[in-house]
Amino acid sequence: MKILAVCGSGLGTSFMVEMNINQILGELGVTGVEVSHSDLSSATPGDADVFFLAKDIAEGGAHLGEVVVMESIIDMDELKTKVTQVLEEKGLL
Amino acid sequence: MQTLIDILSQPAILVALIALIGLMAQKKNMSDTVKGTTKTFVGFLVISAGAGILESALVPFGAMFEQAFNVTGVVPNNEAIVALALSEYGTNTALIMFFGMVVNILIARFTRFKYIFLTGHHTLYLAAMLAVIMAVAGFDTIGLIAAGSVALGIVMTLSPAILQPFMRQLTGNDNVALGHFSAVGYAASALVGKLFKGSKENSTENINFPKGLGFLRDSTVSIALTMVVMYVIVALFAGPTYIEAELSGGTNFLVFSLIQAGSFAAGVFIILSGVRLVLSEIVPAFKGISTKLVPNAKPALDVPIIYPYAPNAVLIGFFASFLGGIFSMVIMIFTGGVIILPGVVPHFFTGAAAGVFGNATGGFKGSVVGSFVNGVIISFLPVFLMPVLGDLGFANTTFSDADFGVSGIFFGSLANYAGPIAITISLIVILALMAIPVKKKKAETK
Repeated sequence: MKILAVCGSGLGTSFMVEMNINQILGELGVTGVEVSHSDLSSATPGDADVFFLAKDIAEGGAHLGEVVVMESIIDMDELKTKVTQVLEEKGLL
Repeated sequence: MQTLIDILSQPAILVALIALIGLMAQKKNMSDTVKGTTKTFVGFLVISAGAGILESALVPFGAMFEQAFNVTGVVPNNEAIVALALSEYGTNTALIMFFGMVVNILIARFTRFKYIFLTGHHTLYLAAMLAVIMAVAGFDTIGLIAAGSVALGIVMTLSPAILQPFMRQLTGNDNVALGHFSAVGYAASALVGKLFKGSKENSTENINFPKGLGFLRDSTVSIALTMVVMYVIVALFAGPTYIEAELSGGTNFLVFSLIQAGSFAAGVFIILSGVRLVLSEIVPAFKGISTKLVPNAKPALDVPIIYPYAPNAVLIGFFASFLGGIFSMVIMIFTGGVIILPGVVPHFFTGAAAGVFGNATGGFKGSVVGSFVNGVIISFLPVFLMPVLGDLGFANTTFSDADFGVSGIFFGSLANYAGPIAITISLIVILALMAIPVKKKKAETK
């Protein structure tokens, strides 16, 4: 399974989210999930199974398919809940 | 020995080595280490490739602008100027970035400024600017890297620090800092917002603001659109005769302009991919190492973290900042000299943040006026920054965000007064000042 974190320029925010998702995956002891980050222009639906986007660019990334929208990109609890939910849906947890 | 110097003077190899050290320090396995090191190596070469495309799209713009208005027109864009700087100062930039991060960790470890600056692309960009300024100032290689690294470490710590009072007010806690080198503009916006303290309750978020400008957050789209508008306007003023005879080789002048504008966006797109590859191993390593070494570190994160606090202020701030940019441009037309054109990207990202801070201290009015001030600041700083950048001052593009301007002008002017000595003394003084309050505070608490 592959997760892609997306933000406007694909440099800072999405990268931070990627690192946080990796940290959460480590805490949950889940392996075999590839996490990466990208800018909104480059991201295409085929790039990943699930896309993590901040609320402010949710509209622009709606075409990507399975999109998880984060209310706050620095809230680790929210991210953890949402990552766990995705993993459960995919049968990885 | 000569081979060793050859290897180390290739920035692509050097950043790959830095990534390799980072990966080994994190005890990554063999496959991750090989993958990460290679990606970093290739990433640097991707940046150089993008720089070539960008330069070939910028040169005709500069020529057309001069032909049309008889002055130099500059479109501030960090990616563009950094890519150009890296082709000449790549090795020094890589070393300054690496040691600058070390200095950042040391300052955070030993002073009361517990900020770890995690916005990697801004670290890279500032390292490139400092490499240029220290070289223009006349340092030798070792001195240049030492002074550049210390300066970078200081700015990485002070930029989040000056904003922290406003970040506390905005986020309601003291756990996260903002790591974006436009802090001076944001702080100015927050201070201007304070003038409207009375109408603080009248927040931007009470307004029902039309959505639908979200596509501007897509940097490829916004860069391409603004460059098309600017290119076409300038082309109309320069006239078909000149363009078709001198620049386009006979191709219709508007078609030529359209393609050049698109090429500029393409160049930035490629550079961003390269920057992403270069940083993908270095930033996590920096984050991992700093969390181990600095207890209670406050991570300073990229600017969009504050946008959700006031989504309307994000758009209002962009417009107000852009208006500030246009206002400044008009003033520059009348005063003569270099003309700084308002780029959508810097005004969107920094204007948006200025809007959020202005709203936090002064509501709607604070947001509008604060962002306008930010727009004026990021328009005028480049005018004074460009003369201290040596040859790169003539590149038709320059660093866009406020802290680049402020720190660049500061170190550049010191160099003009008394060269490397002035810079060295100022760095020592700043470090000493940053270290002193800790002792005082400790004495008080004891």
